Amino acid sequence: MRTLLFRSLIATPLSQPLPPGPEVALDTLATCLDGAARRRLGRSLAIRALDAGSCNGCELELNALSNAFYDLERFGLRFVASPRHADVLLVTGPVTANMREALARTYQAMPGPKWVVAAGACAIDGGAFAGSYAVLGGAAAGVPVDLRLPGCPPRPHELLRGLLALMDPPRRHDAGDPPGDRAAPRSA
Amino acid sequence: MGALEDLLASGAPVAGPAPWPRVVLDAVGWTAIGEALAEGALSLAALWGEADAVHAALLDETAASLAVATLACPDGRFPSLGRRHAAAIRPERAIRDLFGLVAEAAPDARPWLDHGCWAARQPLGRALPQEPAAPYAFLPAEGEGLHRMAVGPVHAGIIEPGHFRFAVNGETVVRLETRLGYAHKGIEALMQGATIERAAGLAGRTSGDSTVAYALAFARAAEAALGVAVPARAHWLRALMAELERLANHFGDIGAICNDAGFALMLAHCAILRERVLRTADHCFGHRLMRDLVVPGGVALDLEAPAAASVRDLLAEIHRQFPRLIALYEGTASLQDRTCGTGIVAPGLARRFAAGGYVGRASGRDFDARRMPGYQPYGQLRFEVPVFERGDVDARVWVRIREVEQSLSLLAQILQAMPPGAIRVNLPPGGGEGMALVEGFRGDIFAWLSLDAAGRVRRCHLRDPSWFHWPLVEAAIEGNIVADFPLCNKSFNCSYSGHDL
Repeated sequence: MRTLLFRSLIATPLSQPLPPGPEVALDTLATCLDGAARRRLGRSLAIRALDAGSCNGCELELNALSNAFYDLERFGLRFVASPRHADVLLVTGPVTANMREALARTYQAMPGPKWVVAAGACAIDGGAFAGSYAVLGGAAAGVPVDLRLPGCPPRPHELLRGLLALMDPPRRHDAGDPPGDRAAPRSA
Repeated sequence: MGALEDLLASGAPVAGPAPWPRVVLDAVGWTAIGEALAEGALSLAALWGEADAVHAALLDETAASLAVATLACPDGRFPSLGRRHAAAIRPERAIRDLFGLVAEAAPDARPWLDHGCWAARQPLGRALPQEPAAPYAFLPAEGEGLHRMAVGPVHAGIIEPGHFRFAVNGETVVRLETRLGYAHKGIEALMQGATIERAAGLAGRTSGDSTVAYALAFARAAEAALGVAVPARAHWLRALMAELERLANHFGDIGAICNDAGFALMLAHCAILRERVLRTADHCFGHRLMRDLVVPGGVALDLEAPAAASVRDLLAEIHRQFPRLIALYEGTASLQDRTCGTGIVAPGLARRFAAGGYVGRASGRDFDARRMPGYQPYGQLRFEVPVFERGDVDARVWVRIREVEQSLSLLAQILQAMPPGAIRVNLPPGGGEGMALVEGFRGDIFAWLSLDAAGRVRRCHLRDPSWFHWPLVEAAIEGNIVADFPLCNKSFNCSYSGHDL
């Protein structure tokens, strides 16, 4: 274990700046939150992820956000275990009839102000499962949605860019210089 | 004569199904299946319904043969197999929920997938209006000092929805009961009447971590139904994708299991390897999970030479890094203390439930669908199927470690020997009935597909390996401490979506 830790200490970091995304898409993403909401959130965002019946593809990519390449905590983003600690409910999957109540209760358990992000094609409108007797539709079928992140599943950097748009007008990230890096420079 | 041959001889064969036969049995023959399953002469590969019939896919592991038995249920009833064979209980409950067919004398008559939330009951059979759902009656656990813990369907981590009901005595789990169905999306209903292309897309969205394996199972069933021969290169590309998928998932699992034992370092390093696999997949095929790339008739994209080089680079990087992680796993006593002897599945139980994948192979069940019944191109590749006997969390980790090594070898062989040529053929018009058994990272996935004369899906059933893993989670945790449940559960890493359909 010592060798491995030592190697990690001298190795260059794997974390990468966020690649710039298409400008138009970012503008659309950012329109949902006004300045006051952004000031309330400050530089940090506590996210409660909720699978409302997805195929599990979106969860895999959400989990990838925590790996060394994306390292979402450097941006002030973190996943929390309880809805009572969350600013944002991040919903994946279509809302199944069997998950409707759990989704509503999770949303109710969150303190205000709160926002809902629908991540992935299914959470936007039910995706491939729209029209089924067992599916109510996208996340909006259960909770009010503030931000939609398309993809099947969305790539990790697309998820990151969307979540950052909640905190910050997106153009400021175009230089690929995340605020977290500026605030807390990495030390050896 | 083998048990399966006896069974086939007692029924009326149906013309058409490929590559395995299907016979129609009477109630006596159907009951005999239950006996053969209970005796261990046959393994249950799948059990599913239609509006007026039930089907059981049966595997004779000694004779290396598979067949499907059908029983018509004109009066909406059939003799329960679950009465004699526990692995059939949940599928029978699901059949009742979806089709309204009742398993007579079944040991468990509670609903399974139907939580009383759908617009109608038995949506795939003769639909009935919904009724107010009675509270779900969890199995009892009685005694002094017992208390109950309810967990889910929303869990603390970023995982799928399901409910766990524990009865505990102090720290010790006396009984765990899982309640699933929260992720039920009605995939089988959406498939009915769909085009093959649309149904293939749904199959690839049945369980996101196994999108290649599901798409492959569906594609092979469709090709069997239509009698299509896929170009050789397509088989090899499919195997390349399937092994990349296996690698990515095994890295994710090994890291996550160790993390659930409080050893985050392993997760950090395994997550890097997983990410490298996904990035390579993205580079090669334009999608990190390789979704919608295996299609009926072949594959959607070819592997270009520079992309093949990136797979070689990936293999080299894993060969550099992974041995250090194995040494870390083996050499960390505090981690081994958590994984060894925890969450044991007895070999007899794994056999009875015909548990596939690392769950079965960690408990001595030497089965791998790539080898038996086998499919292209694995017959031309050298690989071993690692089998352990101890059945604990540690054994399930070791199966994965050894399978990573095997997948690395398979990928190298595939890159070496992949034939040139076409990657896709057009599907002929017409219908048919086909089946497939494909080894996903989690275990064998069974697909059964019936196409009508217009080439649309009449019925399709996809059986996730988790159907036979979930009951074993309940068995494995008994007598363990609550704090070890995440560890045990992650070592199974059952699919919720694949199970709930």
